[in-house]
Amino acid sequence: MPANPFNGQTDYGIGLGLRVPHYQHILNKKPVCDWFEIISENFMCDAGRPLEVLDQILEQYRVVQHGVSMYFGSAEKLNREHLTKLKRLVKRTRTPWLSDHLCWGSVDGRYTHDLLPMPYTKAVARHTAQKIRQARDFLEVPIAVENVSSYAEFHASDMTEWEFLSEVVELADCGILLDVNNIYVSAMNHNFDPSDYLNHVPHHRVAQIHIAGHSKYEKYILDTHDHAVIDPVWKLYARAVQLVGPTATLLEWDAHIPSFNEVHHEALKANRFIQSLVPA
Amino acid sequence: MKPSKPTGSSKVSSRRDLLNLQRQVGGAIMRPLTPRWKMSPAARAVVAKFIKPNDRLTGFERLELYNWQYWYRLIDCLYDDYPGVRAILGERPFSKLCRDYLIRHPSTSYTLRNLGRQLPQFVRPPLARDMARLEWARIVAFDAEERPVVTADDLLDTKPDRLRLALQPYVTLLKLRYPLDDFLIALKRLNTEALRGEASNAVTSTKRKRVQTLRRPRPETVHVAVHRINNAIYYKRLTPAQFALLRALQAGRTLTQACARAGNPDELQRWFGTWAAFGWFCRRATRKSLI
Repeated sequence: MPANPFNGQTDYGIGLGLRVPHYQHILNKKPVCDWFEIISENFMCDAGRPLEVLDQILEQYRVVQHGVSMYFGSAEKLNREHLTKLKRLVKRTRTPWLSDHLCWGSVDGRYTHDLLPMPYTKAVARHTAQKIRQARDFLEVPIAVENVSSYAEFHASDMTEWEFLSEVVELADCGILLDVNNIYVSAMNHNFDPSDYLNHVPHHRVAQIHIAGHSKYEKYILDTHDHAVIDPVWKLYARAVQLVGPTATLLEWDAHIPSFNEVHHEALKANRFIQSLVPA
Repeated sequence: MKPSKPTGSSKVSSRRDLLNLQRQVGGAIMRPLTPRWKMSPAARAVVAKFIKPNDRLTGFERLELYNWQYWYRLIDCLYDDYPGVRAILGERPFSKLCRDYLIRHPSTSYTLRNLGRQLPQFVRPPLARDMARLEWARIVAFDAEERPVVTADDLLDTKPDRLRLALQPYVTLLKLRYPLDDFLIALKRLNTEALRGEASNAVTSTKRKRVQTLRRPRPETVHVAVHRINNAIYYKRLTPAQFALLRALQAGRTLTQACARAGNPDELQRWFGTWAAFGWFCRRATRKSLI
């Protein structure tokens, strides 16, 4: 896997999201898995069972942190208490890079706990990039921002989502966590060609890729992470690895979670696309 | 949060513009749903100003998806944290309680762990209120800080009339009007642990599993310490004298003051031996010294 400054010069392969229903299986059976992604906020506590499990996982596996509430796109400043606890966790996990979403979710100290889409303008890109830089300077670890799936668009936007993402990561000089399922979901919801998205992001900045399943409704798609990956998303993934090279890849499965082996089997399907890149 | 009235243009060319957009759109997203679980018509002005329609959905319908998800997600979290209150109140009253609570106490933390912190003060019926206190104590016992345990050596040079011990932050002392520790254990046996999806930004429904029915406990005052050992949560029944002693220590009384009304020395020694073995005693947070 290609190493780059945005994933800490690592070469991680196929990973899984660490989820509670799999704890016992992982701790008891110690299955082979290249790495686990943890939701940072689930482990930013002071003590107790979450940290006990994390420490046991860290003894056996490589762990990468993924956050859900840094809200680089919120107009308000970064939350100092959040950053301090996050840094404590970074020291514990020694995560080679850290990711969170290109979104907003809080305003005036009230949290929606959602990943809300941004208005895509130059001014918003500058503001967001500045917050990413501040977070990286404080945390002292490379940061990658993830494109979110979205269900609404703003009149105020004067650029495409991929132009906005590119602008932000160039200004922040940070990495991209490219979620190909999110690209697919947003493409269907907003009527754009997902290939345009893939073709126009700065490929050298992709630190990691996410894949996941979603739920299709009559008039929209919701990013539910409760199914296997569908073929059109695998095709996008194949195109993504052609463009960016074989990259650390993680399957997200967060609801109606099947057995560890089933989830791992689904994730490992990514290998066929990665291996197809290797010259015969 | 009261949604702001739409003001000014929808152009976003500064941080101030972004804040204005987020206040208005965030206000609409966090606004309570109608009794039929629809977005309030009051959001129409915000939608018209900020949200584009597409060929399948109006701007209103698109923002409504986020409005639904906000309420589903947060109510879902309270379902996870307070299954006992839900079992006592029943499905509809609990759902209404969650809605009313979230209107009064929206999340002000980056973590959902703290969402239900103020529910015990918010619930009115005594039985449900006691259950909420017990269930919040469980959350505290699950992941609250553990400070270095005070050892016998630490106490050697300190006289009892100057010694002030603290209880570990993860220990909560509760005087309950009902034996709800037994009730909660029985309920847990009935329920499988609900698990929360974390990284998806979509929630499609709240947990609508049937409320488990258990016979309501009869009134009986019990004293309980909710704590953990080796990261497993326990309910330790206390006698009124033990409870009073521990509460006095927790309130900052000296060992001599706390033990003034307690039992005989042999009994006291036994109690302290048990509690020390649990690792309950630690240094007071604000002082380096134990005195």
